[in-house]
Amino acid sequence: MSATRPSPRTRPLTGTRTRSGTGARTGRTTLNAAAVVTVVVCLFPVYWMVATAFTPTRDIQSDSPRLFPGTWTLDHFRTAVGADGFGLFWRNSVLVTLSAVLLALAIALGAAYAVARMRWKGRRQFMLMIFIAQMAPWESLIIPVYIISRDTDMLDRLPTLTLVYFMMTLPFTVIVLRGFIGTIPPELEEAAQVDGCTRPGAFRHIALPLLAPGLMATSLFGYITAWNEFTYANFLIIKQQDNRTLPVWLSSFQNVFGTDWGATMAASTLFAAPALVVFLLLQRHVTAGFAAGAVKG
Amino acid sequence: MTAVREQTAPRPPLGTGPPRRSAGPKTRRPSNPTGRGVWPYALIAPAVLGMLYLLVYPLARAVVISLQDFGLRQLIVGDARFVGLDNYATLLGDSRFWEVVRRTFLFMTVSVTLIMVLSTLVALMTERLGRFGRTAVLSALVLTWAMPVIAATTVFQWLFHSEFGIVNALLTDLGFGSFHRYPWFAHGPAAFVIVVALVVWQSVPFAAITVYSALTTVPAELYESARLDGASGPRIFRSITLPVVRPIFLLVFSLEVIWTFKAFVQIWVMTNGGPGDATTILPVYAVQTALSSQRYDLGSAASMVTVVLMSGVLVLYFRQMLRQEDEPV
Repeated sequence: MSATRPSPRTRPLTGTRTRSGTGARTGRTTLNAAAVVTVVVCLFPVYWMVATAFTPTRDIQSDSPRLFPGTWTLDHFRTAVGADGFGLFWRNSVLVTLSAVLLALAIALGAAYAVARMRWKGRRQFMLMIFIAQMAPWESLIIPVYIISRDTDMLDRLPTLTLVYFMMTLPFTVIVLRGFIGTIPPELEEAAQVDGCTRPGAFRHIALPLLAPGLMATSLFGYITAWNEFTYANFLIIKQQDNRTLPVWLSSFQNVFGTDWGATMAASTLFAAPALVVFLLLQRHVTAGFAAGAVKG
Repeated sequence: MTAVREQTAPRPPLGTGPPRRSAGPKTRRPSNPTGRGVWPYALIAPAVLGMLYLLVYPLARAVVISLQDFGLRQLIVGDARFVGLDNYATLLGDSRFWEVVRRTFLFMTVSVTLIMVLSTLVALMTERLGRFGRTAVLSALVLTWAMPVIAATTVFQWLFHSEFGIVNALLTDLGFGSFHRYPWFAHGPAAFVIVVALVVWQSVPFAAITVYSALTTVPAELYESARLDGASGPRIFRSITLPVVRPIFLLVFSLEVIWTFKAFVQIWVMTNGGPGDATTILPVYAVQTALSSQRYDLGSAASMVTVVLMSGVLVLYFRQMLRQEDEPV
């Protein structure tokens, strides 16, 4: 970022220097103040969720909420975890999310490789199709998907959700992986092939390790999409309540617990935690993935 | 990314016939028999099949349903009858539908304007921050962005709770006594404001991070030489920053338009479209009509109208996309 700082040579003459000096100082203060405001606005709802989850009910239900809980309690988490089916819905969510992401990764890797490394007729049309699919109006497709699932006896079943989530994440995965594969010089694989590797072998030994960050970034996006998805989980799982996923369970939580906001926030925290932790750990890959996926894709 | 790709020769623009494969560095590539023939098609086959069955087919079904008389009876018994464009006529003749369309555009315009302005400011700010500040802001953005939609929606309900919500408490403490126990979700405009606030809060991180990563791709040498040439700050922004950022900016803009157009979960969970119709936008209207009123035909027609309206934005998106595709892949 040194580039944004003016180099000494371009500093204006003495008269203006003092003025621009104070200007820079107030500018810096404004900048830092703006940064603080941004961080606070971003994090406050997250903080408030966690803080409420640890606050005893009598403090929650007070007319003047305190910014920092005076006493801490784990009661709300006990209520949330002890709630009917919590473990089951957690398992459902993990199962559906993992299988959708792995399926999307496997299928997208092949497609992305074909697009990035091979020249074939229809390649451009295929990419166009992927871009169109990325913009798919999923909210508008709930009715036909509902009817198709019902006609094929797939209503109320977790594999249906897996397939839908797979399709939701596939286009994005292809686009980002194509970007990542594009950054790996084909010469590396070619050299391996000259040395006697088969093409798949060269890919596996040379390109795949270099692709690790890309795979990580894309699986993260898929994971978030699937973990979060509510609409299809809500309208495709109706009779078999045991097959519900966490977001649906969470949305019905208030009805189940009446006005127990502590338990609701504890449940929200438990639901959000995996996403928050994973994102924070992989922050660098996330931004890199966006540079590759959104910026170029 | 860009740096790597700029090494290869640019491809001729769209519409000028097939790219000349023999030109430039391509000739260095050894002729590889597996690169042609059936392999690429085998590799894309699962993706294509998936798209056909899970995307194209449902879309076709939606179109068919929107042309049929398809209510609860037809869902159970089958034998839906084609009624031509009757459903669309019913829909377009309904004043409530037009009210929803108007509200959808209002919602979209307000949200996207706020998202674009705020995220650009945040991105420009982040670029100018020191190492520590930048890490702090980026981490906060990433955390906000990672917050699951349902969790965020629930938290916003709690923040704006009439009795125990912190927002009312803070506003009352600040001297706005009228906010004491103010029932946000009972007033149409207030509920609308909260929905916009939630969507903006959720969308700014993605937009800001993307614009920020675009800003960082501007080569530092360009800035330096411009400064040596004596260019002013605004001039540097206009001549160097803007051309680099513009495609990404347009891309983010199109995406945000589409995403706010499709905002469903937040509204459905938070207000269910209410109070009254105050937060009902097109997707909410379609689902209400289809799944709650069991008018699958009208719901599908509403969805199709949504798709058509959205494709207006898609055209913008693709023109941008194709211009990017002109760069060598």
